[in-house]
Amino acid sequence: MAVTTVKSTRGQGSPTPLAPAFSPDDIRGDFPILQLTAHGRRLAYLDNAATSQKPQAVIAAITRFYNSQNANIHRGVYQLSMEATATYEAARERVRQFINATDSREIVFVRGATEAINLVATSWGGANVRSGDEIILSTLEHHSNIVPWQMLAKRAGAVLRVIPINDVGELCLDEYEKLLNPRTRLVAITHVSNALGTINPVQRMVRLAHAAGALTLVDGAQSVPHLPIDVRAIDCDFFVFSGHKICGPTGIGVLYAREPILQAMPPYQGGGDMIETVTFDQTTYAPAPQKFEAGTPNISGALGLAAALDYITGIGLDRIGGYEQQLLLYAQEKLTRVKGLKIVGTAAEKAAVISFVLAYAHPHDVGTILDGQGVAIRTGHHCCQPVMDRYGIPATARASLAFYNTREDVDQLVLGLEKVKEVFG
Amino acid sequence: MSDLRELYQEVILDHAKKPRNFHTMPDSAHAADGHNPLCGDRLRVFVRVENGVIEDVSFTGSGCAISTASASMMTEALNGKSLADAQAIFESFHNLLTTGNHADKDEELLGKLAVFGGVREFPVRVKCATLAWHTLQAALQGSAAPVKTE
Repeated sequence: MAVTTVKSTRGQGSPTPLAPAFSPDDIRGDFPILQLTAHGRRLAYLDNAATSQKPQAVIAAITRFYNSQNANIHRGVYQLSMEATATYEAARERVRQFINATDSREIVFVRGATEAINLVATSWGGANVRSGDEIILSTLEHHSNIVPWQMLAKRAGAVLRVIPINDVGELCLDEYEKLLNPRTRLVAITHVSNALGTINPVQRMVRLAHAAGALTLVDGAQSVPHLPIDVRAIDCDFFVFSGHKICGPTGIGVLYAREPILQAMPPYQGGGDMIETVTFDQTTYAPAPQKFEAGTPNISGALGLAAALDYITGIGLDRIGGYEQQLLLYAQEKLTRVKGLKIVGTAAEKAAVISFVLAYAHPHDVGTILDGQGVAIRTGHHCCQPVMDRYGIPATARASLAFYNTREDVDQLVLGLEKVKEVFG
Repeated sequence: MSDLRELYQEVILDHAKKPRNFHTMPDSAHAADGHNPLCGDRLRVFVRVENGVIEDVSFTGSGCAISTASASMMTEALNGKSLADAQAIFESFHNLLTTGNHADKDEELLGKLAVFGGVREFPVRVKCATLAWHTLQAALQGSAAPVKTE
């Protein structure tokens, strides 16, 4: 695959002419699972916001590790261990590059975005959030960016404030500004909504938070697979994401935190690898990131994630994003024409996520019938019950697209919905 | 497709669109809430029992076709039944959904409820079909905690 890396800015029309046009046909062969059938039909995998499929390069990196590189990292004086350590630390550097952090010491490997948020809530929150302090979240948050803060608020006697959304699913920024005050310790917001696809203006929101003296956490679980990320441009204090949503393996994720903040945070879990010296009287801790990586980490996961980031960079997130936006428009246009279908969440800035409800069928029934047509979508509340409550619905059906999806996948979805109508209409 | 037809039989679709005994029962001695967090189904089941016999049973709420139809057909099947018979019907119904093993006595007990046999091929939907039944049991036992099928 010939690849040219071209800098282009999202949201300014089509990619620059220098970039070769992206075609999913060039890369679908890289994904073994996309060659499968479901119920005897071609598989249309449209549940990418839940997890992405893995290219052969990622599967091979993990296999290679266990075939020829496996040893525990750090402290081993033999060749295999030293090589495993170097590969693991190279993966950390790969992540740093990918999100443009200043130093690889700002990158902590965790299980996923959920663990990263829990780490910040427990460690930073435990040390910095006091009774009467406030934490601002938004209605769009995934439960993973709500519950850890609720647990912290309960422990500390702090208060959660919630930014509302308008009818199309965009954050009400004027309300956000009113919520900011000297008691605000942290603003924790999602970059892209997993339920509706809304892209939040995180850069502006971070600036406002900093002006009010608060720190910021951006949940990048849904943005990293679709948008080029520059944590220094966003200027957030914490950024979290999961590897499995960007073609990497499950069980590996990333916490980015500005170095001074990270070094000042107390440990999250105790154990091996996170210490300098241990006696029964006292333990001194290793500096970050090791301080936050107690125990043997997910080494193969980190390597797999690095391979995934290589793969994505090889195609180019600009081209990926540009293509996904075209496919999103195509899908929205097709779905709008389905009688009785209503799209929930129509923000002006949107990633390739389409939540919808049908007037005549419950999302769960829609999901079962579509499955019979080889179409994999998600149905339910998408771990976003506050979003569902905002719209007064128990659930939606959600099709979430990736760069390996095609118009054929979308057409298969629309045809499947005809089947739903046949049964229920 | 044949599996889907088995699942969404005409009788089930009919009850899903026009649920029977779909109302509150202010004078009911027993009521309980059921919730299936997986798909967001929420039901409230009301039941009035006199001398060990179900005199009246009804429900309200919203859910998928399978849970709504199951609740609707449950109310029809259990009206006027003794508590012992209701329990036997529930056991047969549960067997029908989970094991598929049923004897002649089950067929007799189940009657129209046999249309739910197709649910067995869709394991994630079994909880939809049993939600109303578990909720009814909670109502009869006077359980205050909402029933969750997940």
